[in-house]
Amino acid sequence: MIDQLTVFLENSEGRLAKLCRDIAAAGIDMKALTIADTPEYGVVRIVCDDALRARDYLDEKGYRAMVTKVAAIEVPNRPGGLAELLGVLDDLDIPVEYGYCFSTSGDRAVDILKIRVPAEASKAVFKLEEAGFRVLTQAEL
Amino acid sequence: MSTQEDVLTMSRDRIASAQVEGIRKTAIHCYEDIPFYHRSFDEAGFDPYAIRDLDDLRRAPFVTKQDLRDNYPYDMVGVPRGDVKEIHMSSGTTGVATVAAYTEADLRAWAECFSRAFRFAGVGADDVCQICYGYGLFTGGLGAHYGSLRSGATVIPISAGNTERQIRVLREMGTTVLECTPSYAMHIADTALAMGIDPSKEFSLKVGIHGAEAFSDNFRHELERKLDYKVLDIYGLTETGGPGLAVECLEQDGLHIAEDHFYCEVIDPATGEVLPDGEWGELVVTTLDREASPVVRYRTRDITRILPGECPCGCTHRRIDRLQGRTDDMLIIRGVNVFPSQIENVMKTFEQVSSWYQIELTTKNYLDVATLKVEANPDFDIDSTGAIEELQRQIQGALKTALSVGIRVRLVEPMSISRSEGKAKRIVDLREENLK
Repeated sequence: MIDQLTVFLENSEGRLAKLCRDIAAAGIDMKALTIADTPEYGVVRIVCDDALRARDYLDEKGYRAMVTKVAAIEVPNRPGGLAELLGVLDDLDIPVEYGYCFSTSGDRAVDILKIRVPAEASKAVFKLEEAGFRVLTQAEL
Repeated sequence: MSTQEDVLTMSRDRIASAQVEGIRKTAIHCYEDIPFYHRSFDEAGFDPYAIRDLDDLRRAPFVTKQDLRDNYPYDMVGVPRGDVKEIHMSSGTTGVATVAAYTEADLRAWAECFSRAFRFAGVGADDVCQICYGYGLFTGGLGAHYGSLRSGATVIPISAGNTERQIRVLREMGTTVLECTPSYAMHIADTALAMGIDPSKEFSLKVGIHGAEAFSDNFRHELERKLDYKVLDIYGLTETGGPGLAVECLEQDGLHIAEDHFYCEVIDPATGEVLPDGEWGELVVTTLDREASPVVRYRTRDITRILPGECPCGCTHRRIDRLQGRTDDMLIIRGVNVFPSQIENVMKTFEQVSSWYQIELTTKNYLDVATLKVEANPDFDIDSTGAIEELQRQIQGALKTALSVGIRVRLVEPMSISRSEGKAKRIVDLREENLK
């Protein structure tokens, strides 16, 4: 499991740019960013090299930021990679709240999944590893 | 007894001397029959028996809404219970309401004051009045009802709501006078248009009596264009006996105070000093003939001014300008009084949000839209959009229950609600601007 940085932003012009500038100013390196947007607000989810420090920094800057545990899973970078991964969880009836993926190199991709019920997360990780997936730690990202 | 025309065109001298007499009578009535006034006059060293001219009233202490609340339910009523024929109450849904009690004579005077709107507009026995103010404790409904009956017109007491039925009745009963809040009149017009009915052609309206909410001149013009009638403003408040304190004439340039029933002053709300005519300030009202609920120098917290000069309509009673909001934070959202304290009470029940909030008022399709902006507390799970949506829904539901008016709830970023000197700016009213 890794730490994901989540920031609540008003859906207005320039907010995301300002957030990114602030993250850059803190010397935080982002690896992935995704936004769940509504007409009024957006929830920005970020994978970075130090989510805890980023959260504290943003807190001080007046943002609503938090750290959430998510699973980062390495999948082969080929057609059907993600389908196989989700198939495992589906078979176990473990609901996923949201997910997104990013490629880190040519032949592998990393998928981020938020398991809806936190108590089921370790079971999910165990089963995924059993099925041959590599679940990454923060350091392995 | 003088006829009504006489009263409305009486010379200024006669009005002033009758007002001195009315003030004196009312002040003595209050002093002798209502313990609150006895105490407050004594404390201020004010002798009601010594009133000789209008300036003498300036030495009388003010009475506030809080005073009326403190004396709920009957302690401000100046007649024996058996003489009280009707009771109305302010719309405050939490805390204590203020009571307006009426004797038979008070009800007659109320009807008379309200009916001046019809006198000005030339409404009479040939007219059909459709009253879509809410009937009940709210003074708007029955005030309009009594006033309309007195004008000799036919009254349709349809009350508020069910807009499609309102439109059917407007069209089929040949309604000539529409009585409701201005925003509801616009809603009726727009709904009719959406139903494929052109109200300017298919309705028979002559005049609309639209009170209980402030509205701009542009709003008035838009209403008049859509409904092809004349819009007249009417003013009053529960504490002074309901609508009819002042009504607009066809000149549409200020509202004539019913000066044979009320004496109005405009004061600087900060110092309490009486301001000269033409200057904006807080309206202060003294009743001249109310029996059950008389008031001496009631601070309305409404901002207006006395319009100098004579009105071309010929009515000699002085005019106040259209109301410019209130001295405190009370909001009127779609005709419903909302106090920030009520909102705070609801917010307190949600531990997920902080006490910082802001209400933004805008206008959409001519109706008020209120949006409550709240900040989530640090431990609230902002990572879950489902949780955010659910929280917004829950607060919205609780507000609706507490305030009887719909308010949208929006979670916002911390610090996006402007704070000054540790206090949040609670109200951002963008309604007027949207109409321009």
